[in-house]
Amino acid sequence: MAKRSKVYASFAEAVADIQDGASIAFGGFAYPGVPFNLIAALLKQGAKGLTCVTNGTGGSAPDRMPDIGMLVQNNQVAKVVASFTAPTRASDRIPLTQYVAEGKVVAELVPQGTLAERLRAAGCGIPAFYTPTAVGTELAEGRETRVFGGREYLLEEALPVDIAFIRAWKADTAGNLLFRRSQRNFNPLMAMAAKLTIVEVEEDFLEPGAIDPDEVHTASIFVHRMVKIPAAPEGLWPGRRPERAAPPGNQAKEKQS
Amino acid sequence: MSGLERQQIADRVAQEFQDGWIVNLGVGMPTMCSNTPIDADILYHAENGVIGYGPVLPAGQEDVHLVNAGGQNVSFIPGAAIVHHADSFGIIRSGRIDVTVLGIYEVACNGDFANWKVAGANGGGIGGAMDLAACAKQVFVILEHTTRDGSPRLLKQCALPVTARGVVTLVATNLGLFKPLGDRFLLREIAPGVTVEQVRAATGAPVEVPPDLKTIRTL
Repeated sequence: MAKRSKVYASFAEAVADIQDGASIAFGGFAYPGVPFNLIAALLKQGAKGLTCVTNGTGGSAPDRMPDIGMLVQNNQVAKVVASFTAPTRASDRIPLTQYVAEGKVVAELVPQGTLAERLRAAGCGIPAFYTPTAVGTELAEGRETRVFGGREYLLEEALPVDIAFIRAWKADTAGNLLFRRSQRNFNPLMAMAAKLTIVEVEEDFLEPGAIDPDEVHTASIFVHRMVKIPAAPEGLWPGRRPERAAPPGNQAKEKQS
Repeated sequence: MSGLERQQIADRVAQEFQDGWIVNLGVGMPTMCSNTPIDADILYHAENGVIGYGPVLPAGQEDVHLVNAGGQNVSFIPGAAIVHHADSFGIIRSGRIDVTVLGIYEVACNGDFANWKVAGANGGGIGGAMDLAACAKQVFVILEHTTRDGSPRLLKQCALPVTARGVVTLVATNLGLFKPLGDRFLLREIAPGVTVEQVRAATGAPVEVPPDLKTIRTL
């Protein structure tokens, strides 16, 4: 029997068998590389008790693309692992806050470089590593540290996931991927950290061989299912993210995920 | 006593950048450092893997696939490169960033600072700040000198949970430019129209004033 094609006809079909309790890594940083179409399909599919690994959960801006905060609000999420678990401006509100306060969702806050490296380690068969990041902070309290060369480092464990949702620019039907500009971000790491990688692809699928092997960013080994993003409005194509006004007065700090 | 405007604070910080430096700018006031015309060849690194970005592009000219750490649609400079997130933080942790400039809540004269969790918050926003703070060769911080209700943000000890300990080498506020010296801040330069007495009154730690105190020259 021929092997099933990695190309799926719809996002609904590509996410249909996701089970309750699955751990899912969601790629993207700001807008580039976020799998908006797969998130939208998962909102409809309805799997519950999910662990979501993501840089941030979103939801502070009024015009929202599908985000992890929506999965939280849809009562599909048990745990979030992210480098932002609270709004970055005191005046902002994100949906996650209330769910954590009510004990409905557990939030694990991880520095962004540690998050990336925990995913990378998982995808590379490394169970744990030491990092200088977060030493001496509240995040390191009660945890194992070790001194190498006179400097203290914190032990961090790999972060394997069941599934990765990512967005790529080009793909061939074998599953080799190319990302464009800062769309790359966490996406190659999450593809390697997952047992099942599902990709939304911007351009029409290419025949195997059309991408020079030297140019491939993520090799086909790490890719299992792909869906071509349809034209808008059926498919989700983010534009420029709305600029946010500088905060008034002496708010010195503003951060966005 | 308001002192410098936000862009003027960023301008003063940018003048510290040396030719050939690799610079990582945090979101908020730090990003304004890249608006400052300086006579130095700087390579700007963003934590999302962009090495060598230029100005933010106006609406209609943006590349929606290319953003800086703040999600703004920036441009490439010639010679730019893209790496993935693990390599981007590899650049950071391996000590290749000459300076990171971070917007913060509080800084102490022992070099500790806080910028990820406000009092009473459930959770926080760390982003890349802890990696940058722990591993950049220098950490410059930018903040308003006092809170909205007038409480000092330059302190003997941080009250909020710290981001990293003993790492800050330069503090820029609307009132002046400071260097943490362990048990006190050195006032390197003072903002125009501000007095030393005003600086001392607004600071929660001792302030050393050099005999030849300079005034910040605004651009």
